[in-house]
Amino acid sequence: MSNDVPILEIQGLTKFFGGLRAVNDFSMAIRRSELVGLIGPNGAGKTTVFNLITGLYKASGGEISFLGASLAGMEPFEITQLGIGRTFQNIRLFPDLTVLDNVRIAYHPHAGYGFFDSILRTSRYTAKERELTEQAQDFLAIFKLERFQDEIAKNLPYGEQRRVEIARALAANPRLLLLDEPAAGMNPNEIMNLMELIDFIRKRFDLTILLIEHQMRVVMGICERITVMDFGEVIARGTPKEIQSNERVIEAYLGKGAGHAA
Amino acid sequence: MQPNLGFLLGSIVKIVLVLAWVYGLLQVMGSASKWVRIAGIVAAFGIVQLAISIKIGNQPILNNFDTGLLFQGATMAMVALGLNLIYGFNGQFSLGQYGFYGLGAYAAAYATYKWTNEKTASALLVLLLFVILAGAVIIGLRRFLKRFTALPVLSAFTLYLIGVIIAGAVAVVAGNALASVVNPLFGTKEAPGILASNAALQAAFVVAVICAGAFAAVVSFLFGLPVLTLGSDYFGIATLGFTIVVNTLLVNSDTILPFPEMKGGRGMIGIPKVTTWFWAFLFLLIVIIVMRNMIYSSTGRATMSVREDETAAKAMGIDIAGNKLLAFVVGSLFAGLAGGVYAHYIGFLSPDTFGFLPGFNPLIIIVFGGLGSMTGTIAASFGWLFFLEGLLRVLLGQMGTEAPTWRFVLYPIALLLLMLLRPQGLLGKIEWGFLRAPVVKPRATTATAAK
Amino acid sequence: MQQASTAQPLAPPKRRSGAQLVWIGRGFLIILAALITIVLVRNFVENPRLFIQIVLSGLQLGFVYALIALGYTMVYGIVRLINFAHGDVFMVGSMVSFFAVSRFSMHLWLKNAMPDLPDWLSTVAGAVLVIVLSMAVCAVLAIVIERVAYKPLRNSPRIAALITAIGVSFFLEYFGALYFVFSPRFIPYERPFEVTTWYIKDGIHLLESGQAPPEGAIIFSSIFVIIVATSLLMQALLQFLVRRTRMGKAMRASAVDKPTARLMGVNVDRVISFTFALGAAFAGLAGVLYAIAYPSVSTLMGITPGLKAFVAAVLGGIGSIPGALVGALIMGQAEALTMAYISTPMRDAVAFTILIVVLLVRPTGIFGEPEREKA
Repeated sequence: MSNDVPILEIQGLTKFFGGLRAVNDFSMAIRRSELVGLIGPNGAGKTTVFNLITGLYKASGGEISFLGASLAGMEPFEITQLGIGRTFQNIRLFPDLTVLDNVRIAYHPHAGYGFFDSILRTSRYTAKERELTEQAQDFLAIFKLERFQDEIAKNLPYGEQRRVEIARALAANPRLLLLDEPAAGMNPNEIMNLMELIDFIRKRFDLTILLIEHQMRVVMGICERITVMDFGEVIARGTPKEIQSNERVIEAYLGKGAGHAA
Repeated sequence: MQPNLGFLLGSIVKIVLVLAWVYGLLQVMGSASKWVRIAGIVAAFGIVQLAISIKIGNQPILNNFDTGLLFQGATMAMVALGLNLIYGFNGQFSLGQYGFYGLGAYAAAYATYKWTNEKTASALLVLLLFVILAGAVIIGLRRFLKRFTALPVLSAFTLYLIGVIIAGAVAVVAGNALASVVNPLFGTKEAPGILASNAALQAAFVVAVICAGAFAAVVSFLFGLPVLTLGSDYFGIATLGFTIVVNTLLVNSDTILPFPEMKGGRGMIGIPKVTTWFWAFLFLLIVIIVMRNMIYSSTGRATMSVREDETAAKAMGIDIAGNKLLAFVVGSLFAGLAGGVYAHYIGFLSPDTFGFLPGFNPLIIIVFGGLGSMTGTIAASFGWLFFLEGLLRVLLGQMGTEAPTWRFVLYPIALLLLMLLRPQGLLGKIEWGFLRAPVVKPRATTATAAK
Repeated sequence: MQQASTAQPLAPPKRRSGAQLVWIGRGFLIILAALITIVLVRNFVENPRLFIQIVLSGLQLGFVYALIALGYTMVYGIVRLINFAHGDVFMVGSMVSFFAVSRFSMHLWLKNAMPDLPDWLSTVAGAVLVIVLSMAVCAVLAIVIERVAYKPLRNSPRIAALITAIGVSFFLEYFGALYFVFSPRFIPYERPFEVTTWYIKDGIHLLESGQAPPEGAIIFSSIFVIIVATSLLMQALLQFLVRRTRMGKAMRASAVDKPTARLMGVNVDRVISFTFALGAAFAGLAGVLYAIAYPSVSTLMGITPGLKAFVAAVLGGIGSIPGALVGALIMGQAEALTMAYISTPMRDAVAFTILIVVLLVRPTGIFGEPEREKA
């Protein structure tokens, strides 16, 4: 696939919650291997856009297409199986399952065996389960998480939980990864590690990444392009440098009048 | 007081013995050596069987009352495990388990009743054909409907319903036709044929019980398909409605439904008492093994992920609706099997047994034993019955004729204390032996993180 | 490149949109509704008098259920708890009035105190005392239950509170069944006042006791009028309370967002206790009226009406007060019509089938807010 064809294309996306218009005529195109940032003040509609892409919300209007195919009407699990993965703002691990089980779930849609194989413990089950488990373990090792494999997920420290969530999303082999505020709650050291991690996974897994983030250091540091939202609409697009000096963006974050001070 | 004290101690000893037996059984089943596993299972079966059969003087070691508790514990364990699968592991609060228990019991009982009392295989054949045809229709239709996206649930339900009804009609016609061919093999009273033999009865019983489970599965599929899409609370309310509707239908089985042999609210009698400890133990074992194998597999992990966090599960590519439906169907199948086993142990059935109030029993048991624990469910099923019937009955013996009523007064107080002091249940998430999660050895990896 | 990974994502198979097939489901429901309507219309045409009589008895049931349903819907709206013990509070209301009348003759207090007052005055005063007493006892009982059983579990998983509610329900039923309390039998109920009956035929006429109603007359009784009037009055009072008073505002706020309500100065605990008490008072009132209308009581009498009232609340939209009334009226009609035209034992099954159908078509109920995704 050439680098020019967009991997994700959004046109005129609109979402109403009753009378509230959360997203209005949002458009965006992401090309393969790009790392794009989506920023904006709280309540701008960024997570809503993520939820619309992944199918958790049904769009009120507009189109989303992934790899050329429209995502309209698809169930969230179908969209994931097409190759879109995501993490969540407040980490959504499976709290009472082990770290290993959390990652192994990513393999479920392609486990290679079904219900009857499980209960009869056929040789296909044994082989595929071992294969899947080994892959999950190798995966954890890539993220230096193998020593936590039997820990219950909710007992892990916050930073490790975030890594597990990213690892889990990647184990599902997505082409496009949506990261929702991965740096939330992290100290500067952890943020450094996160930026390195994102850089690493991008190269290692040939990923295209769309990133929501408030920490400007992360956004400006790793994003190639940035789209800025406010009140559900796109107010600016451009490279980090362009965005930094964009008056409307500064106003959106700091209020009217601040734009001139920058 | 003196005889009561002895009785009291005896009851406590019995509870401990039963729990020790459960523990031992699970331990040997979890052994690494195949021979230990087989020998252990046989031993566990044997110990109880001997206690039932061997007489000291002219009383068996295990008197009738305790044997009854053991059988009831086994069937309750099956029902409760099914409910634990639906609620404890999949997170869907269901009050419908006894509805399926009752359906399975009556379905199996009807088939064997006709077999023994009227010397006809028609009921059994109709039931068998129905579950086969309905099952085929459901599986086929499901595959066909996968071609559509965004299919409204109600429409899918209507299609399945129509399909199952057609399957039912065909089963009735074909089953009766087949029966007229097969029935002569029963012979006559003077010259009984092969189907009148005990071996044939045993076979009919096994087929009936399995079909009872399948029947419950078909009904649960139809019911669950639309209803599982509702949120957890509404689903619980709907299942409550289901239990009551089933109960009403059973009470009216001889008036509104064409089953005069079931005698509606008066209760069905004349069911052949074919359930021996062998069969009860076997079916219980099957349920335990199937459930354990399902939980410790990718399907099981997916099931638990739905309980943990539906949104995250969706994001991981899990088909939530399909997964909930699977857990519901399997859990209801267990209840149906239990019903078949139970009916042929007691020999008679009454709709009251499967009513809305008794329907809380499995729920209380799984919470008592620990929601996410299979061991807890099994232990609590046996332990709770022995406690309730044995210990409590002794304690309340002094209350005279009002004992049964006092039971229901103390029982909720005990429940309240349990919820206040240990809401996670006695065993929390602990498992014994065979039911423990298989250990995954850490891997010496060669993968190095490229930086 | 990608080593520790899984199979490639599958290409989506060619799929047709099944959205047009919605007409299969809709058609099914339409046919069902049409059949029911046809049956009802036919029955009406065959015997209008009987039909109206049945509708009246359905209304009587429905308005009683409405009073009980209010308690369910209010409590669920605030604490998200299905209070299984609510039906048994209804039973307690009946029982308290039974004791007040037959053991302590409390309905005669004014007559005994001032025998010269006109009969109707002392009858009314007697009845009012009995009713108010029952409501008060039920309210206190509910507060006690809430404080002892539900409040400690407010932060526990929901199942704990649910199981406790079930336990409380059992406790009330069987504690009452002990001989020194109520006894497990069905007891004939002594009314605090005589029930007069009228019949409608060429005008409204009083039906003398022992007199058989003439052909084609429709019968109704004073208790019917009292039930309808009381229920509507309570409904109106409650609406006023919820919409116009401070407590009502506090209740609505607590139902929407408890922590924020607390921050705004609402004493949420007091609101919850008040809600339980109010719902219980209504249930107690319903218990007395029900016992007067169907004079036979037992400790297990609250189970089925409680369940039906709960279904009514869900039908109308749980959390909605007008919804509780509408749902209850529908349930009452369904029950009466089933008893008359199908058979008495089927009435429960029909009630719950209605529930299931409603849940499938419109789960939030008639007046509930339509399904919305959480923003």
